[in-house]
Amino acid sequence: MTVSAHIGYVGRSIPRLEDDRLLRGAGRFVDDVDVPGQLWMRVVRSPFAHARIVSVDVSAARAAPGVVAVLGGEDVREVEPIPLRLEWPGYELEPFLQPVLARDKVRYVGEPVAVVVAETQYGAEDAADLVEVELDPLQVVLDARDGIDPDAEALRDDRSNEVVLMQKGYGDVEAAFAKAAHVVSAEFITGRHTGVPMETRGLVADYDPGRGRMTIWGATLVTHYHRRVLSRLLGLSLNQIEYRPTDSGGSFGVRGDFFPEDFLVAYLAYKLGRPVKWTEDRAEHLVATNHARQQRYEIHGAFDAEGRLLGVRTEIWHDKGAYLRPTGVTVAEITLGILPGPYRLPAYDAKLHVVMTNKTPIGAYRAPGRYQTTFARERLLDIAAAKIGIDPVTIRRRNLISPDEIPWEPGLVYAGESFLLDSGDFTGMLDKSLEESGYHEWEQEAVRLRSEGRLVGNGIGYWIDKSGLGVYETAGIEVDPSGKVRVLIGGASTGQGIETVMAQIAADVLSVSPQQIEVVYGDTNLIPDGVGSWSSRSTVIGGSAVQAAAEATVAKARRLAGQFLEVAEEDLEVVEGRVFVRGSPTRGMSFGEIAAQNDTVTAMRLDEDPGLGARKIFVDKHMNYPYGVNLVQVEIDPETGGIEVRRAFCSAECGKAINPMLVAGQAAGGVAQGLGGALLEEFVYDEDGHPKATSFMDYLLPTALEVPPIKTLLLEDAPTPTNPLGAKGMGETGIIGMGAAVGNAIDDALQRAATVHTLPVTPERMLALLDTPATE
Amino acid sequence: MTLEPVSIEINGATYTRTIEPRMLLSDFIRHEAHLTGTHVGCEHGVCGACTIQLDGKPVRSCLLLAVQADGHAVRTVEALAEPGADLHPLQQAFHEEHALQCGFCTPGFLMTLEPFIRETPLDAVDERSIRETLAGNLCRCTGYHNIVSAVRVAAERAHATGAGATR
Amino acid sequence: MKPAPFAYDRAGSVEETLALLAEHGDEAKVLAGGQSLVPLLNFRLARPERLIDINEVQGLDRIDANGSLRIGALTRQATIEGSTEIRERVPLLHEAITYVAHPQIRNRGTIGGSVAHADPSAELPATFVALDAAFHIRSASGMRTVLAREMFVTHLTTVMRPDELLVEVEVPFPAPGTGSAFVEFARRHGDFALAGTAVLVGLADDGTCSRASIALLAAGPVPVRAVAAEQALLGHPLDDVVARDAAAVAVKDVEPLADIHGGSDYRRRTLEALVRRALLLAASRVTEERR
Repeated sequence: MTVSAHIGYVGRSIPRLEDDRLLRGAGRFVDDVDVPGQLWMRVVRSPFAHARIVSVDVSAARAAPGVVAVLGGEDVREVEPIPLRLEWPGYELEPFLQPVLARDKVRYVGEPVAVVVAETQYGAEDAADLVEVELDPLQVVLDARDGIDPDAEALRDDRSNEVVLMQKGYGDVEAAFAKAAHVVSAEFITGRHTGVPMETRGLVADYDPGRGRMTIWGATLVTHYHRRVLSRLLGLSLNQIEYRPTDSGGSFGVRGDFFPEDFLVAYLAYKLGRPVKWTEDRAEHLVATNHARQQRYEIHGAFDAEGRLLGVRTEIWHDKGAYLRPTGVTVAEITLGILPGPYRLPAYDAKLHVVMTNKTPIGAYRAPGRYQTTFARERLLDIAAAKIGIDPVTIRRRNLISPDEIPWEPGLVYAGESFLLDSGDFTGMLDKSLEESGYHEWEQEAVRLRSEGRLVGNGIGYWIDKSGLGVYETAGIEVDPSGKVRVLIGGASTGQGIETVMAQIAADVLSVSPQQIEVVYGDTNLIPDGVGSWSSRSTVIGGSAVQAAAEATVAKARRLAGQFLEVAEEDLEVVEGRVFVRGSPTRGMSFGEIAAQNDTVTAMRLDEDPGLGARKIFVDKHMNYPYGVNLVQVEIDPETGGIEVRRAFCSAECGKAINPMLVAGQAAGGVAQGLGGALLEEFVYDEDGHPKATSFMDYLLPTALEVPPIKTLLLEDAPTPTNPLGAKGMGETGIIGMGAAVGNAIDDALQRAATVHTLPVTPERMLALLDTPATE
Repeated sequence: MTLEPVSIEINGATYTRTIEPRMLLSDFIRHEAHLTGTHVGCEHGVCGACTIQLDGKPVRSCLLLAVQADGHAVRTVEALAEPGADLHPLQQAFHEEHALQCGFCTPGFLMTLEPFIRETPLDAVDERSIRETLAGNLCRCTGYHNIVSAVRVAAERAHATGAGATR
Repeated sequence: MKPAPFAYDRAGSVEETLALLAEHGDEAKVLAGGQSLVPLLNFRLARPERLIDINEVQGLDRIDANGSLRIGALTRQATIEGSTEIRERVPLLHEAITYVAHPQIRNRGTIGGSVAHADPSAELPATFVALDAAFHIRSASGMRTVLAREMFVTHLTTVMRPDELLVEVEVPFPAPGTGSAFVEFARRHGDFALAGTAVLVGLADDGTCSRASIALLAAGPVPVRAVAAEQALLGHPLDDVVARDAAAVAVKDVEPLADIHGGSDYRRRTLEALVRRALLLAASRVTEERR
């Protein structure tokens, strides 16, 4: 059977199909959705980090004008806590899950304590101010390491604040350290920060009591999962609940969880029989939406005389905030699994404490675990290089896994599978990155500027990523009698270009133009099942499902055309959405005509499904590992501690880039976020657990003046065998190596290794580092 | 609280309402005029997503009370291109250069940049001046790199067609 | 983040404003540019019972350059930024304004609003202190003039009474040959300064410093005139050593307010470096102007 040759949209940088409406301001984000008769919900949040709830007095709020209902924790006491979405065997996590409204105790500033529903948005906020919550403050736990101390205040009665102690490793670490020529030890801290998309969260729930039907807008990322959880918590059957798609103003991993508000909005709509709308404001967002990244490392590396790794031992404290979010301990799993990176590490012993603290719960944020481990590992390598007397490039060359060592599977299991590098040319990537960036010129420039007394330095952050978690994804193709094609995917749009990428994949197989294709996502009526967009899986797993569905659609088109034209399938060709007899192009049918002709009665006769289309599921056998290098050049002002990133470069091995322009765009966005985490962004708390970064004056996002021009190199040297596209997920590139590269560049600027150990490097911290005499 | 009558011109059409004086202009635009292209990102004037033009000048609509726009002319992103008609050259440049991803911040950027391109002589459009103009708008998706390219492209085209400023 | 309810008056004239302030001053706030006030309203950190909107008041946004620079309080910061006359005759003011937030904010923010808001980290109050500006203030019962140095009482507080309205800022033109510099350090461009200074210097024919004005922002609860440092400069050539010493004197007793962006010691130290840089920069500009 000849399948039409893929005509080449895949691999091309075509401009995006979704741009038009977004540019015109015609996108439909959740706050743009209004339902007639809707009420507005406002959440009352705990002002204390840790306290017993004495009483919640809603009487004044209930009496306020326009208020329809006010609920406290007692009113929803029987509702289960929010369940996990990702579970790994061997961990008892139930006691740490979050209730939909606080009961008995509050455990972080910002925790939902009550909800108000009123006729207007402004009125709901007025009424929320009238809810009186009486709290009995308790001691707070603000540090993960301190939180394990037996004398530390327990967030949960009779239970340690340590959720789990994880351990992973392989090889003989004792022997490695015993024979090491050099042992390098360091402590590293990555500060608390997170995705902070430009759009805050929001939800609209419309319950039709007559039909018993619940419709929800705004849960954009993993709608099928949300539907299952809501069904369970609310007691409605799955069939009674539908999620409708909206545009989404960025996720970066933080938008996808099931939050208390996801339940409360629906519950109120259900109880009141009126639509309920909730829009998170920015002050709320900064305390209520998942935080990320906060980890502390004690790490030791054993090296031989030439700087080759013999073993790594590490103990990590993972601050998880006050509750376990639905991702559970996934970030911890990934942290331990990904730390070795692309290096030949013969022995590894890693321990990680997941600890509850009285702060906003921590979830997943773009490349969770990778940003932090890369910082710790890459800094360790640079420190070792300095100690041993070799340069940072050399120590990496000596340790990067070489192509003939692939596949590399050291015997490390995490997130349910074995760490397996099935493809990769890591030294080749390093060489190409250094060349393409002009790193050698950067180094010469830095030497020259340093001789003039300026503090300029360069740094490397070599990273690997994992993509494609989440086992399977669904896709459907439907061809309309007009010839328009609809692609239905279980993934979601966070702004990453999924409508265009899926259209390119389908367009190639169907041999139609992407402009004829509409990509639909997030609609649980049209798409019965899906796993969503997270962990950089949409192109890899969703795209593979789309490809399979498109291939099945073409196969069906040929089958049907053979029947309708009464010719053998082998005599048919497919070009530009038309199936015709080879050599007689006028004897043919367009896809649309085939769809129209294959009506129900015809289909019954042919023993086919009506219309033209197919549904497929792609099962991903294994995660795949993109990799690449971040390079930065910084200059430090020694009098103010100000740090400028003068140059930034990032490379990424894509396997196969479906749309290189979009991949480069992801990388550039990641670089900017990584820069933010390295220099600007931090959630700081005072000693009573009150957050101090509660506005955009305190939580600083990089602007166009903090982010330099970004040079990107995309390679397709190592397609992965785990999916038919050969693609690796690119959603988390750009960001991973930035903390490491900035830290290493600062050390280089000072010509003093082992200086940077904590991110973000604020100006004040930079001056303190300059003051501190060099150690080691 | 006494309600105030207002008549606000938005994109050439006049919206007459009676509103609370505390209603923010961003909320008036979105919920009274139902022009949802203007987005709300922070409500304290930092992110720039809500940027519109008031009497021709880019300002934060979240820092204006709607009553203050009474009798004034507001222009929002919807004014750049008629529905169904071609994109404004600046929008077209954004499209070609992939200067948007989620699109939430984009209307604010467009409203800030449109006068910049119109009013800045081409020889004053460089990396630095573009980034200074952009610095009051936050984007979390793009890293700004392609936005800068789009501005350069749009400025060059505006100059070529005579639609840009000359010294 | 929506404001709490308030009563609203839109004043059509200065007289009407003053009458409203006389009646409601204690529970009212004047709404000018709103770029500082409205965020406070949105966070509900400010809950005035009444707002008196003066944006439609005529005659408060004139700029007059006869004899001295007189700027109406309602003049938008962007207007100052765009004024070539101000850039040429009071370059310090132009330079300072380019640091105020971002263009969209400056399109609405007013000169008078920034002064009345009295944020010690803001650019304009300290700049006016350096320039020895005078503030013309009116009330229903009369008019008075307050010198910049005497205007600021503490964090976010001026000497103005609740029934008073700032109507004009008067800035004496710097003497010919004055060099000036505005230097600040912030986490990001446009943010509030962690430390900053506005400086003017004049040199005598022998190249020694004949006059100096040094104002510090983010150096405490109000802008600070570093008088002792100014004195220390007189009669000396403005070289690196002299500038360094003067900077040390300037910050010796300041107590900058700490916040999450920097502690007090850090700010003082950074301020010292900036004062030195500003003095040298201002001195180098004297040479240019005297050519």
